[in-house]
Amino acid sequence: MKIDVWLQSAVADAERRGLPELKPLLEALAKTVAAVRAADFNVNASSDAKPGHESR
Amino acid sequence: MTIEEFGRRFRAREVTSAQVTEECLQRIEADNPRLNAFILVMADDARQQARDADRQLAAGNDLGPLHGVPISVKDLYDIRGTATTAASRVREGHIAQRDAPTIAHLRQAGAVFVGKTNLHEFAFGTTNEDSAFGPARNPFDPARSPGGSSGGSAASVAAGMALATLGTCTGGSIRIPAAACGIVGLKPSYGEVSTEGIVPLSRTFDHAGPLAQTAADACLVYHALLGDAGAVPPAPMPVKGMRLAVPRRYFCDLLDDEVRARFEEALNRLRDAGAHIADVDLRHAGDIAAIYLLIVLADAAEYHAATLETMPDRYTPPVRLRLEMGQYVLAEDYVRALAGRTVLRREVDAALAQHDALVLPTLPIPAPSIGATTVKVGTATEPVRNVMLRLTQLFNMTGHPAISLPNGRTASGLPCGLQLVGCRGQTDGLLRVALGCERYAMSGSSPRSGRVGG
Repeated sequence: MKIDVWLQSAVADAERRGLPELKPLLEALAKTVAAVRAADFNVNASSDAKPGHESR
Repeated sequence: MTIEEFGRRFRAREVTSAQVTEECLQRIEADNPRLNAFILVMADDARQQARDADRQLAAGNDLGPLHGVPISVKDLYDIRGTATTAASRVREGHIAQRDAPTIAHLRQAGAVFVGKTNLHEFAFGTTNEDSAFGPARNPFDPARSPGGSSGGSAASVAAGMALATLGTCTGGSIRIPAAACGIVGLKPSYGEVSTEGIVPLSRTFDHAGPLAQTAADACLVYHALLGDAGAVPPAPMPVKGMRLAVPRRYFCDLLDDEVRARFEEALNRLRDAGAHIADVDLRHAGDIAAIYLLIVLADAAEYHAATLETMPDRYTPPVRLRLEMGQYVLAEDYVRALAGRTVLRREVDAALAQHDALVLPTLPIPAPSIGATTVKVGTATEPVRNVMLRLTQLFNMTGHPAISLPNGRTASGLPCGLQLVGCRGQTDGLLRVALGCERYAMSGSSPRSGRVGG
């Protein structure tokens, strides 16, 4: 799921549940998610294996 | 009085467990209203256990180094017949039916339990401010946090209310309060000390371990937690020839000036004593906080899912919000974070391959003021929580054993900590290094005029 789609959905759910104060926390979490997704240790289905990655 | 000193005087019949326990209980009575370190004081049980300890020794039944030693316990551990509150109203009415295995081991070792200590609610925070029982306070300055989440535990030892204490550590909750309160905190290797019977935060990162006044005392409690009550501390590793590595990038980028000065002074003393100190680099250090957060949030949200539905208002608002946030972490991102953890573990293993230990500060700042949400470090203004976890959380993720030693004070008298990190599965090896280095770190010394037992 793309981060902006996830964030929009999460914020809407939090508001529906009466937790609008979660919005800034979720926005900060989105930045954390973006950082982990951008890290060079990630692999994808079309990339070579990287040192340190094992088949699960 | 340290555990070692108590043991010598106890066996020489100079003091009794009843006397020293009574002294701890008197300190609790005098100082707990100011420090709020204890959620439950177990005075009657402690007096009975101390009298039993004295009788056993008189009968020639010596149970080992913890025999008769007054110890406090973070209120996450189950002690049969008492509530395990986790500093939360969520657990109102809970009474533990049995001892956690660690508590059973200490009971067999003859320890005396003086009470259960305050903490950040469900151990989900580093300041001890969010507790259903109010904040615990730092004995060096009650307007400041004792660190967390094992803040009441650290305060209890620093203030002479117990000779040692049990903490838990998910991102630094043993080492952070140890540094903030000028004592020793040991996080053993992951999985060594049982966490059964302890309320979890993240089953991926949770550790149990001791806080004490010296590395030798921490070693004694650590071995007792393993069920090895008769163990004695290993020989200190000679500092001459010791190989230490400093992970400068990231770990020394954001430090309070006085914390940095105490750290560099300790390195100079170790170098002068013959230690070889080199710099190392952990390539993915910049990813530590993000990887940690995704895993700990999701783990905590899983454990709290049911009570967030049924009794959300019983949580303190900040802890509830962080738990709610964890419910939104996607499985794919959790898996990415686990992969990142594996990479970090290998980088720490590689950094230790040619060294006896990593050495770095424990806490980038002195204990923060209670109520502060941000802190100025150099020219940067940072969230308190992020800063406090910055130097410790990696080793919860990778499982390496880590210890914080007192390392002097700031000009205003607040303690600083020196952190040593050893090879995975080699907590005793780390303790040998710590025992060797301890006298080259500057003592945090007591916030009071006199220790228990003089």
